[in-house]
Amino acid sequence: MSDQPILELKNVHSGYGSIKALKGISLKVMPGEIVAIIGANGAGKSTTLMTICGIVQAEKGEVLYDGKLINKVSPEKLPTMGLCQVPEGRRIFPRLTVMENLRLGAFYRNDTDQIMKDIQHSYELFPILGDRHKQQGGTLSGGEQQMLAIARALMTKPKVLLLDEPSLGLAPIIIQQIFDIIATINKEEGTTILLVEQNANLALQAASRGYVVETGEITLEDKASALLENPKIREAYLGE
Amino acid sequence: MIQEFKKVWKQYTIGMLWLLGLLWPMLGIHADGTLTFQKTVTVWSYLLAGTFVCLLIYVLNTSGYLKFVVDPISRTTGKIKSATSALPNWMWFTLVLVLALIYPQLAGRYGTDVAINVLLYICLGLGLNVVVGLAGMLDLGYIAFYGVGAYTYAILNVTYGLAFWVCLPISALTACIAGCIVGYPTLRMRGDYLAIVTLGFGEIIRIILNNWMTLTNGPNGILGVKPIGIYWPIFENGFTFEHLWVKKLQLFYYFALGLAIVVAIGVKHLNFSRVGRAWESIREDETAAELMGVNTFIYKLLAYAMGAVFAGMAGAFFAARMKFVSPESFTFLESAMVLCMVVLGGMGSIPGIILGVLALIALPEVFRQFDSYRMLIFGATMIIMMLFRPSGLIPAKRVGTRSEEKEG
Repeated sequence: MSDQPILELKNVHSGYGSIKALKGISLKVMPGEIVAIIGANGAGKSTTLMTICGIVQAEKGEVLYDGKLINKVSPEKLPTMGLCQVPEGRRIFPRLTVMENLRLGAFYRNDTDQIMKDIQHSYELFPILGDRHKQQGGTLSGGEQQMLAIARALMTKPKVLLLDEPSLGLAPIIIQQIFDIIATINKEEGTTILLVEQNANLALQAASRGYVVETGEITLEDKASALLENPKIREAYLGE
Repeated sequence: MIQEFKKVWKQYTIGMLWLLGLLWPMLGIHADGTLTFQKTVTVWSYLLAGTFVCLLIYVLNTSGYLKFVVDPISRTTGKIKSATSALPNWMWFTLVLVLALIYPQLAGRYGTDVAINVLLYICLGLGLNVVVGLAGMLDLGYIAFYGVGAYTYAILNVTYGLAFWVCLPISALTACIAGCIVGYPTLRMRGDYLAIVTLGFGEIIRIILNNWMTLTNGPNGILGVKPIGIYWPIFENGFTFEHLWVKKLQLFYYFALGLAIVVAIGVKHLNFSRVGRAWESIREDETAAELMGVNTFIYKLLAYAMGAVFAGMAGAFFAARMKFVSPESFTFLESAMVLCMVVLGGMGSIPGIILGVLALIALPEVFRQFDSYRMLIFGATMIIMMLFRPSGLIPAKRVGTRSEEKEG
């Protein structure tokens, strides 16, 4: 692992109009690690990811990707640079087939042969998608849609994958499957993962480091295992 | 049986009384201020009898009294369906094409005229389909680009004497430029706001056409637009070309048919290309499309401009046929009609839109003798359609259509 973080936020402020969602977020993600951001509803977790991707503009502060400032880079350029987000609530294309959804993940790429191979690879990773490749995205179950959303993001060949609430509205057994796959992606492809979760327990088990966000500010930063042991965290987020 | 359908009959009675109340102001109040009741009751009683029979058949059918009639019918239709689906697609295309080619020989002057209208509206419908059906942007000012195309040809032809074939690409280009100018500020909006703004811009273009006296001759329109000119090869005395004006409607029909085919092929190719995929992703979820690396603004502008190009070309043909253009041809009602055709036929489906145009242009012509009820029948048809086939006459097929899926 090199010393330079692949993704770094320095004192980032952003918000929606007069509502300030982020009040100075600073975090670092090293290449190859899984980092979890945990926090309650409305703490600013999703806004952090949306600000990194430029969907929400940062008002102050710096977002650095691979040492480059990406505050002003338009959102659609980021996948070409290797930064891709799986948005909250999956947001797959409901009336397009599974295949077309995956093709859209590879939208900026021109290497058709490699794209077809990658699609086959995602079917190996998610066999259920292979079975349903002609089905419309909207007719899949919640878990399958989440898998499709992850597979679609992987089609951009990301170096850093941003995952927003992958466990949202899913059954525990499916959540476990999704997290297993996240671990596999991280291990086998070496993809760096920044994970935003309300399910703090699962997220911290999967991650190597964690940040705790409260009302737009980072209140705690530690190794994931240490956070899991932290009595405050256990009380506030793990329900003990 | 009576008990079961009590609800149906009750609703039917209320509906018919409501219809009576609705019909009376339309038929009973006359322009000279007199009020009558006779005509309303006559029309209403016809409708009552007709719908009563329909409903009775429906009730008998659902309660199983008509099995002896329905069963053989459904069996034969099932057989016909399986027989027709066995025919490959290209057979259908050739069949339609052959019918379209021999049509003017069979139809009279009036029939050909209506057919030309249908063909031009097919171009408009397919063009609007790119904007509404593929990219999912509701555009209520689409007819303005048709107007821009028509006026471009009319002005260039009358003032500078340029030939049709020179003006056709220029018409497409000016419509495209107009599309970009209108689209650039408006496409930042989404949904309802976009619809309102496009409606406004459509009206602005019409009002410009109406008021810019020096250029467009205002509400008087531009007269004396030349028809299409072609060079016809003659083999007497060696090989020479003779210049002809396409004045005969039958001949013009074939040019309009050619345009419609070109537009249909163009839209089909756009639909199944990378660009089409980007448009559909924008329609489905704009933010997600952006996150996947689709430059949403550029692609939305492209959809808008492509729609305008098709409308501009259709506009040039319109001017060449009418030999006259005036702002009255490009009102909001026309935009709404084209939108109805797209929605009725099935958004994103090319055969659907062709059928939608046929239905909405041909039906009012067929019902022309019922003059004052035309719009009533039109409205009723639309409502019935939306109730029974909400996704259009021929909904766009989404599953297994793309080429890569056959391979994959």
